[in-house]
Amino acid sequence: MKAGVIVFPGSNCDRDAYYALRDELGYTVDYLWHDDARDLRNYGLVIVPGGFSYGDYLRPGAIARFARIMDSLRDYAARGGLVLGVCNGFQILCEAGLLPGALTRNIGLKFRCMPVHIRVENAETPYTRRYRQGEVLRIPIAHGDGRYVCDEATLQQLRANGQIVFRYCSPDGALGEAWNPNGSIDHIAGVANAQFNVLGMMPHPERACELLLGSDDGRRLLQVG
Amino acid sequence: MTTQRRAPEVWREMGLTDAEYARIVALLGREPTDVELGMFAVMWSEHCGYKYSRPVLRLFRKYRESLEGAGFENAGVVPLDEQLGVAFKVESHNHPSAVEPHQGAATGVGGIIRDIFTMGARPIAILNSLRFGPLTEPRNRYLFEHVVEGIASYGNCIGVPTVAGEVYFHPCYSGNPLVNAMAVGVVPLARIVSARADVPGSAVMYVGASTGRDGIHGATFASETLGDDQEEKRPNVQIGDPFMEKLLIEATLEALETGAVLGMQDMGAAGLTCTTCEPTSKSGTGVEIETSLVPTREADMTPYEIMLSESQERMLLYVQAGREEEVAQVFRKWGLNAVVIGRVLQEPVLRVRHRGEVVAELPPDYLTTQCPTYTLQADEPAYLAEAQRLELESVPVPSDMNEALLALLGSPTIASKRWVYEQYDWLVGTQTILPPGAGDAAALRVRGSDRGIALTIDCNARYCYLHPYRGGQIAVAEAARNLACVGAVPRAITDCLNFGNPQRPEIFYQFEQAVRGIADASEFFETPVVSGNVSFYNESEFGAVYPTPTIGMLGVLERADDAVGMGFREAGDVVLLVRPAARPADAEPHFGLGASEYLSVVHGLERGAPDPVDLPTERALHRLLHTLARRRLVRSMHDLSEGGFAVALTECALAHGVGVQVDLPAEAVDHAPRPDAALFGERQTRVILSAAPQHASEIIALARAHGLACDTIGATGGERIQIDWQGARLIDLPLTRCREAYEGAIPRWFST
Repeated sequence: MKAGVIVFPGSNCDRDAYYALRDELGYTVDYLWHDDARDLRNYGLVIVPGGFSYGDYLRPGAIARFARIMDSLRDYAARGGLVLGVCNGFQILCEAGLLPGALTRNIGLKFRCMPVHIRVENAETPYTRRYRQGEVLRIPIAHGDGRYVCDEATLQQLRANGQIVFRYCSPDGALGEAWNPNGSIDHIAGVANAQFNVLGMMPHPERACELLLGSDDGRRLLQVG
Repeated sequence: MTTQRRAPEVWREMGLTDAEYARIVALLGREPTDVELGMFAVMWSEHCGYKYSRPVLRLFRKYRESLEGAGFENAGVVPLDEQLGVAFKVESHNHPSAVEPHQGAATGVGGIIRDIFTMGARPIAILNSLRFGPLTEPRNRYLFEHVVEGIASYGNCIGVPTVAGEVYFHPCYSGNPLVNAMAVGVVPLARIVSARADVPGSAVMYVGASTGRDGIHGATFASETLGDDQEEKRPNVQIGDPFMEKLLIEATLEALETGAVLGMQDMGAAGLTCTTCEPTSKSGTGVEIETSLVPTREADMTPYEIMLSESQERMLLYVQAGREEEVAQVFRKWGLNAVVIGRVLQEPVLRVRHRGEVVAELPPDYLTTQCPTYTLQADEPAYLAEAQRLELESVPVPSDMNEALLALLGSPTIASKRWVYEQYDWLVGTQTILPPGAGDAAALRVRGSDRGIALTIDCNARYCYLHPYRGGQIAVAEAARNLACVGAVPRAITDCLNFGNPQRPEIFYQFEQAVRGIADASEFFETPVVSGNVSFYNESEFGAVYPTPTIGMLGVLERADDAVGMGFREAGDVVLLVRPAARPADAEPHFGLGASEYLSVVHGLERGAPDPVDLPTERALHRLLHTLARRRLVRSMHDLSEGGFAVALTECALAHGVGVQVDLPAEAVDHAPRPDAALFGERQTRVILSAAPQHASEIIALARAHGLACDTIGATGGERIQIDWQGARLIDLPLTRCREAYEGAIPRWFST
């Protein structure tokens, strides 16, 4: 399995993703530089990692979507290639139009870093088929702009198509405001495109691949091969 | 060069005395140019020149130097194993944070991070020690909220986790908060970079952000007392750009791989002046630079401004001649400036040209080693003898110990700092094994090594106020104990010495005594002070801050997964208390209540002296804890500090929501005659352990073998905290109530 990790100036989870894929999952991993157009066909998975691409002084992901590598990524996704956007990567994929909706400031206006629980809402995507439907995962978040929003029509569509892949929940899998760390609409923690090859999520599966770090619940998500 | 006679106001305004100006004229044999005068003013400030503290800091040097050559680099790098070393340093950004909390704190993080990657180390962790006035004051809430936000915005963006810290609240910090940031990095021992300019002819390369007019005379600003002109000083505070810093980290570490970088220093205090005079002074060489080549934000900047600017995210590299382009290319790939602005000279002269014209020319040593030092007068403060007296009989025993415990748990200094650390990304880098709140110190694995590291930052300033010498000793002992509690061997210290105006003899007394305490403990524990920073003039209209010598400490875990947390893990474990086998001969007659948080929170008293720490016993404890962790005999370890036994026990229970019942033996609390002393007395060298019952006897035997006493005092389980003493149930509280007090104390001041 060959995986790629995109590096924008300001990406800061690129190395974490690289090590998780290489050391924990045994993949061959390449960094993909933002300013290079590349043929990505040989990759089984491309990760758009977390961080603060180009400083994110304007709006998270707003500049990254214009990077050269993004054209390559669009081609790759259009051919069915697997693209996983985590945190800033999720924001970038939304800005780039590869995923519906947008991510705005957390409801408390503060950056939040903590382990959260998320429920697998659709266990039939390429990323979730190693989980049970309704399984609760413990995966950390670390973001200031993670509040997922979209219009009502989009929300209906996401629900109808099963594109809501993860929702924030209690340790027992119950939904509620107390378990939603950022005020996301419908407790959404991760969404896929209609073809299910592009997934965006705020929690960091690459930080949850070893028990030494508190959880290995994210490992199966990266076993897409 | 244009030199001129000038009025005394000119140099006095810059913080130089008349005698210092006369010394400058004598050294040069002429009046300095304007540019030279500015350079002297910043380099001879206390902030850069340590002119008041140097004589006292020699106390650290003797011991440290005895280790150099034995593996400790002079850059402050501590070997982790055969291949890797750990670089770490703490620095204050107090005055900028008092004036502009967000940027002041953010640039404090940026500056200390640059100190780390300047040595060739990849930054892997940030810690911070923060002190504010009480949250009841809106101004203090504003400072606290924005300092935390500033640290978060900078640290999170550059992708270096903030893994541990401390926050204290006390009226002495109203008007002069303390913001100390510590950074830690890992470097291959073969690739350590020094701030040197050894090779004549090598290029002086400016990299990073463009130079602006911000922060001119920042070092001078740091070396005076904050006045009521704070608002006017806002432009003295630099503005941070963490994105630029992130690029600088990656580009610098990549550039080092070329092998063409001979030396490097970041432009912090005194900017281009410091980065040209210090390396050449150290190497006995000189340098010539042309300031018009420096990338600037504004076209008309003068050489004076360029030499003194403290714009952030800039570095000066000394690059092998002929390989400039190779290095510059790396920086350009990351979108950064990289410009050769001069060359290293054989002759020891620092020559600054602006459009060809010489605007400064002097031996680099004049700015560094020729900085005058002063031995200041130290007098025991008038308050001390009186404040150390404590008549316990006049302190009433509270009728309800539950209420007293809840009051302590709800005091912001003791309370949970979750509100703070959840704003920091503490896991980026995926090396954090014990995150904030999980252990007495942070623990990290280190990629490329089987070993791990433990990190802590700590100081009890009230102890230092009431007994500066013991306070200094205890700060070191407690930091080392925190590391031992997670299973690490304490290795080395970085310190940030925050004091008032040293020209006041009572302040200098505090400084000298605290430094002696630190030096003695550091030597005893064989944990040298390898780096540090002095911050004087921490005074405001409310007076001087308490003497606050913050101790940052590094420990080594033989295996990263040895790390032990502080919280009880499951019901049915035994709870043990380890303590000295005998009371120290010089123990205070206050049963740990002197200088205690209890006395302050419940009775509004700051009196008495802290109990002394017996260094041999303390070291025996560290060795015991390390052994227990290595042999995997314990499930948790947590030391007693502010709030004494009852607070420590409650913290163990709250960590994972596991209740506890204990019966406190009289000898475990030095036969304290009163319940508040038993519960809340602050005694040194004590740790609460939990373990599976079958390990209890082995733990007790090991403790005895180390010359310590250890008693089984109770068991975990249930959802309450219950403490019995002399047949009476002193504490009986549901965990939920304790949690409300402990977790709610800080968030309740902030609506969101």
